[in-house]
Amino acid sequence: MNSAPQLAPPLEIHDLTVAYHKKPVLWGVDVVVPRGQLVGIVGPNGAGKSTLIKACMGLVPSSSGWVKMFGLPLAQAVRRIGYVPQRESVDWDFPVNVMDVVLMGRYGRLGLLRRPSAADREVARACLDKVGMLPFADRQIANLSGGQQQRVFLARALAQEAELYFMDEPFAGVDAATESAIITVLRELRDRGCTLLVVHHDLPTAREYFDQLLLLNMNVVAFGATKDVFTTDLLQRTYGGRLTILSEVAHAVGATERAEAP
Amino acid sequence: MRIFAVRHTRGILLALLALAGAATAHAARVSDFGTVEWSEQITRFFSLRDPSVRYAVVGAVLIGICCGVLGGFVVVRRMALVGDTLSHAVLPGVALGFLWTTSKDPLAIFVGATVAGLLGTATVRAITATTRLKEDAALGLVLASFFAAGACLVTMIQRLPTGNKSGIDKFLFGQAAAVGRDDVVLMSVVAVLVVALVTAFYKELLVASFDRGFARAGGLAVVWVDRGLMLLLAFSVVVALQAVGAVLVSAMLITPAAAAYLLTDRMHRLLWLAAIFGVLAGLLGAFFSFIGNNLPTGPLMVIAASVVFAGAFFFGPRHGVVARWWRQRDHAARTQRENTLKALYRVCEERDFVGEGVTYRALAERRGETAAEAQQQGRALIAHGLATVADRTIFFTPEGRRRAAEIVRNHRLWELYLTNSANIAADHVHEDAERIEHVLGEEAVRELERRLNYAERDPHGRRIPSAAEIHQNAGHSRAPDLGQR
Repeated sequence: MNSAPQLAPPLEIHDLTVAYHKKPVLWGVDVVVPRGQLVGIVGPNGAGKSTLIKACMGLVPSSSGWVKMFGLPLAQAVRRIGYVPQRESVDWDFPVNVMDVVLMGRYGRLGLLRRPSAADREVARACLDKVGMLPFADRQIANLSGGQQQRVFLARALAQEAELYFMDEPFAGVDAATESAIITVLRELRDRGCTLLVVHHDLPTAREYFDQLLLLNMNVVAFGATKDVFTTDLLQRTYGGRLTILSEVAHAVGATERAEAP
Repeated sequence: MRIFAVRHTRGILLALLALAGAATAHAARVSDFGTVEWSEQITRFFSLRDPSVRYAVVGAVLIGICCGVLGGFVVVRRMALVGDTLSHAVLPGVALGFLWTTSKDPLAIFVGATVAGLLGTATVRAITATTRLKEDAALGLVLASFFAAGACLVTMIQRLPTGNKSGIDKFLFGQAAAVGRDDVVLMSVVAVLVVALVTAFYKELLVASFDRGFARAGGLAVVWVDRGLMLLLAFSVVVALQAVGAVLVSAMLITPAAAAYLLTDRMHRLLWLAAIFGVLAGLLGAFFSFIGNNLPTGPLMVIAASVVFAGAFFFGPRHGVVARWWRQRDHAARTQRENTLKALYRVCEERDFVGEGVTYRALAERRGETAAEAQQQGRALIAHGLATVADRTIFFTPEGRRRAAEIVRNHRLWELYLTNSANIAADHVHEDAERIEHVLGEEAVRELERRLNYAERDPHGRRIPSAAEIHQNAGHSRAPDLGQR
């Protein structure tokens, strides 16, 4: 191992371009994410939010640019990465129970030919407990609500014991209780020094939840501390002429200004 | 040839493919074994005296294991059509392997068939990657074209003047009796490979099948998992060809695993069950093929597997049709009893609980039914210990009285909750409460009570029996003895 990882940022994206069928989806993305940050990736539908985190993890091929994690190429940093995919990406009728799914978070550490040990099960149980799903450990995953399924995915990511997390819309279609449970866990991770990149679709809560925001619409419109970036001007540039979202933005910004007024 | 052609018309399955040679061999076999008694055949089968029977039995077991275990992954990964295409695409390879050695050399056929099968799946991938066609169209296309090429080649081989060509026709519908020593050796190798690799890489297969993206992000080379699985599938299909036949071998992949899928919610149990069902189907197919004068084995195995599937479909303890029907019926009967209890309670309530017992006539009037129906409901209550009957009058048992008050309480609490919390008009809530009252659990009722501040009257001004009241009543309000009346 070289000495760079000690000082290197958890994530450095340099001039990343991704194209589907020669049509660019992401274009010249340059981002350096510092350690211990809870970063929200925000932008309109089709802005390439999911594509960005998938490209970072090598799940979609990039046509140019590079990504380094902790100063290392992906293949060498893969054990230090955790991932929460979109809930719709899997078949929830699959014959596994909650415990089986969470244990999958341990597979990367186990390596080939080794089965999860009692210690791995203990870790998995602790992770389930953290998201309030321990009583459901033996439940078949089809018999869970959407919010519970999302918590199971989060528990699996916790079981990865990573330092850099990518989460694809973890708040999509969950109940209020799950939403607050998830954000609590994310903040805990951040306070322990983890770095989290979270794809998020709801602007008003984005302002409240994240330390930093990455405003994305095919390329990076802005990246910085939430209070600096969450402005009408920048959001308008991110969302273009979408009127319904603009009014939502105006409302959210208004709320910020009112809150800061006194 | 002419005589054979006449007999040919009897074999509907064979006529479908119009392969004259297949009929020739079939007819010859019937004349060979036609005189042997069934009982004698059964004894021959179970004694395992004949080497051909031994090979057939061992082969059926090995095929059942391979197809069952891999079929489990085929079903959960939604690759059923891929399996079907693979199994049909191997046929030209079988024929070419045969032509190469001009004999039924298992190894040459194995190599030819595996290459053809993998070429077929590669063609599917090439079509989907380079055109707008979706996978199902590409699969159908490759299945048909490869199989057509195979069928032509097989027919040509049968017309060749030279070489030992007996047995080539059996690759279509399978013949366990044609399984030889070399075939069994090959099957054993594949079965050991399948079981060893699936056991060793179980967790990789599991995570790659459940959540591809997560597996890849975790550093797993999912592409190699796919390729490995595809190769094992090709091997299993190819060694199963001799016994099951190209036409139906995909059913041996899908049917046992589909039956197992209906019975369990855990992957490792699914694989075990699928392997057991596969072995069962294989053995039954081999058995009936043998005692039925060497009927084609493949169809018989698949019928056996389908019977197992039908069993799981109808009689599965959790998801089975019968179990579900039974639960529905049970629920309907309970609802009916509870409605009767409620009606009895209402009759008592209307006369301020003065006097005990409700006549059948009063009950029938209350529910707008005939006296006969009221009697039938009374009998249902008696059978469940909720009431006793004397002189055409129904009396609550303590349990019945308690349950009746509970249902009335559930109903009225729910009505009140809907009018108070959901702002639904008082005359709209009855229908909903009629359904909810039967499914409200103890905890939900407590919660409702708390939220409603232990209200005593429902939206229609009727009293809500309290929990305390129900438990007290259970103690002392009982039906009088028959003698006392």
